[in-house]
Amino acid sequence: MKEMKLSFDPYNLIIAGVGGQGNVLASRVVGNMLSRKGFTVTIGETFGGSQRGGSVMSHLRVSSESSFSPQIPKGRAHLVLGLEPAETIRVLAAYGNPDVLALCNLRPIHPVQVISGELDYPDLEDAKGWVKELSRKAWFLNATDTALEMGLPILGNIIMIGAMAALGELPLEREDFERAVSLTMPTDRISINLEAFDRGREMVEAA
Amino acid sequence: MSHLLTDEPGSRILLMGNEAIARGALEAGVNVAAGYPGTPSSEIIETLSKVARDRGLYVEWSANEKVAMEVAAAASFAGLRSLCVMKQNGVNVGSDFLLHLGLTGTRGGMVLVPCDDPGALSSINEGESRQFARLLELPLLEPGDFQELKDMIVWAFQLSEEIRNLVFVRSVTRLSHASGNVVLGPLPGETRKARFKHRGFILDEMEGVVASMPMEYRHRRQQEKLKQAVERFESSPFNTYTGPEHPELVVITSSACHLYSREAIHLLGVEDRVGLLKLGTTFPLPPVFMEKHLGLTDRFLVVEEVIPFLEENVKILAQELAPRIGPKTIMGKRDGRLPTVGELNPDLVVEALASLVEVPYESAPEAYVKRGQELMFFGAPNRELTFCPGCPHRASFWSIHNALELDGRDGFVCGDIGCYTLAVLPTGFSTLKTLHAMGSGTGVASGFGKLGRFGMDQPVVSVCGDSTFFHAAMPALINAIHHGSDITMVVLDNSGTAMTGFQPHPGLDVDALGHKAPAISIEDVCRSLGAQVRVCDPFDLETTQATLLELLDRAGVKVLILRQICGLSPEKKRHKKYEVAVNPEVCLGEACGCNRLCTRIFRCPGLIWDKRAGKARVDEVICTGCGVCASICPEGAIEKVENREVTG
Repeated sequence: MKEMKLSFDPYNLIIAGVGGQGNVLASRVVGNMLSRKGFTVTIGETFGGSQRGGSVMSHLRVSSESSFSPQIPKGRAHLVLGLEPAETIRVLAAYGNPDVLALCNLRPIHPVQVISGELDYPDLEDAKGWVKELSRKAWFLNATDTALEMGLPILGNIIMIGAMAALGELPLEREDFERAVSLTMPTDRISINLEAFDRGREMVEAA
Repeated sequence: MSHLLTDEPGSRILLMGNEAIARGALEAGVNVAAGYPGTPSSEIIETLSKVARDRGLYVEWSANEKVAMEVAAAASFAGLRSLCVMKQNGVNVGSDFLLHLGLTGTRGGMVLVPCDDPGALSSINEGESRQFARLLELPLLEPGDFQELKDMIVWAFQLSEEIRNLVFVRSVTRLSHASGNVVLGPLPGETRKARFKHRGFILDEMEGVVASMPMEYRHRRQQEKLKQAVERFESSPFNTYTGPEHPELVVITSSACHLYSREAIHLLGVEDRVGLLKLGTTFPLPPVFMEKHLGLTDRFLVVEEVIPFLEENVKILAQELAPRIGPKTIMGKRDGRLPTVGELNPDLVVEALASLVEVPYESAPEAYVKRGQELMFFGAPNRELTFCPGCPHRASFWSIHNALELDGRDGFVCGDIGCYTLAVLPTGFSTLKTLHAMGSGTGVASGFGKLGRFGMDQPVVSVCGDSTFFHAAMPALINAIHHGSDITMVVLDNSGTAMTGFQPHPGLDVDALGHKAPAISIEDVCRSLGAQVRVCDPFDLETTQATLLELLDRAGVKVLILRQICGLSPEKKRHKKYEVAVNPEVCLGEACGCNRLCTRIFRCPGLIWDKRAGKARVDEVICTGCGVCASICPEGAIEKVENREVTG
């Protein structure tokens, strides 16, 4: 495995979303895929308010050598996988840099203070522009809409993982995903997860 | 089979920190594990309960942390190995028992794992358990990475059996809730037989009486054991120095801060100038080892969370060693270089270190950081914590809040610990007015309820959850009844310890091992104590409010149980009882006199205010179909249709 080179060591990936979106599950799936390939993976999660409307962040650090701080230093992310537009902006602002890449699901989840009218949620076109402004390159997907078409909104994060794999930034192969889901998910969910992974890959390739 | 039972020594797997702790306990041959749920500790007992059958363990979620310690100690007294797990303030709950346990000592190895929460990521305090090691004169270990989370548990069990006393292994959120690669060790084959020997000479520690008296004798023995631990610490593999032979500065650190410090040294590129002294045995510090490393240089920076515990202990030792090693400058928290509040991270350590080694550092180009701040302001609206969509607590607090307003006597609610703690925020209509420890809501209410003679005429309400009821609210309720206090206690019964992941408690008919267990009825307990008891479904807003108004008017102790299962429970998750939708023909939007009651006040995340249409809408992805919002719309615009296929 040592022949597999990472573009950076450690490679710093942040998965950002809102409680209930399956952030933690997504980080475990990606972490397991890479760990099984022989990389040393450190995952730090901030999920205190995970089921209660708060922002959720998973910091993944992938290295050929050693484990790292479960918190990525500010400004040092290489790739941000945003499960929600506003969270993508929040994480880029703190952990981004002019070279960071961003992959963003476009389905907004309104914070409770937006629902109540105290705060405004950004216009989606503005949000896209800002994500682009804060990254070297950005990809936008309607992963939740596709997941809804597939009948299971939670698949949105698997679609996003498939899309991330297609970027080729991290060595994430389809067979790694297949192995990871067969270990972590009930048998009747495996094929739909694989379908979601493939849909994500296709969406990025078409973008 | 659980990956935790992988019996391939030398294989390397990705484990969550709490799983690594559980695996360590399994490799140490633990027999009994007990704890009380609390973030960030809960996954340890959960993980062990899942493998209990395979490994022949007894695992329980105890009624509270003190009982968990007692249960674990009993196993030790009977010669077994036992683990006891809790979040930081759980140690406070059981500390009275620990004070005595330290004096009596243990027999089979016993390890206490408190998981602290620096920065209160999922707590309402950042209290430290480390202080208890010093206060109770017990040895303290602090793992510094994922491998050590496992390995130090094994080592702690050995140490406990060598010194015959309890050993603390302290974790923190950033280790417990992080994941990393761990190389596995062997799982032992043999099991132990339990036997409590009590017929020996009274002072015989292995066969006599397990009691903390005679005090002076036992206290001296305890201190001898602590000295024995220090001797073992001198050669501990968990205290390491990495860095140059003649460093300009040495960072002394422990726990997750070890990873931040290592990264900070690397980010600044000062590996050839700054040494890293990572300590795994932080109380008591081993003096010979410390003398050697305090001799490396004259300047030290102590990096730890939260208050300067390690820093003070290093300073005491440096003072004692001063005649031999000379005066040392020990920096850290007491001089304000690092904050004494909140958690640390690599950036805070870089900042402190950069000024000491005079190396400039920027996280990202200044213009990028500035623009990021601006865009965060416009693009990332704050996410205030909220009850989940479909949460029974939102409905309960809607009724409690409205009943107190209708009552009109300026009544208030004393809060407690659980998801419903969030009712101090607008998501619970800012209903809670006091908030302290587990069970304190009813205890404080019991006191308020006696102030009538001083002219206080406000209705006093307390809330507590079902798990909290058994944990610590019962003695407070008994106190209120016995002293004739005038209070209304509302038990928010969502049938599980919901906040921490739905662990069972004594009110349920199942235990941690999944076995059928006698359920203790909250209403029977309250009735037998002499309280006036009513039970309502909080989703029935009308009945709940009417019942509350009636109870608020009565004297004495009244208990209202609001029973509705948690929306995240396996029974309910992803099963919508109702399909809910806003009928745009009926919703009057801004023109309605309700002033957007559904989204502005009720503010369930499943509701959306559609600005363009000027009407409310239901988000079909987020809505869980509880149907409560249909009851609050004055126009009846929110319509619910029952899903037929759902049963139970």
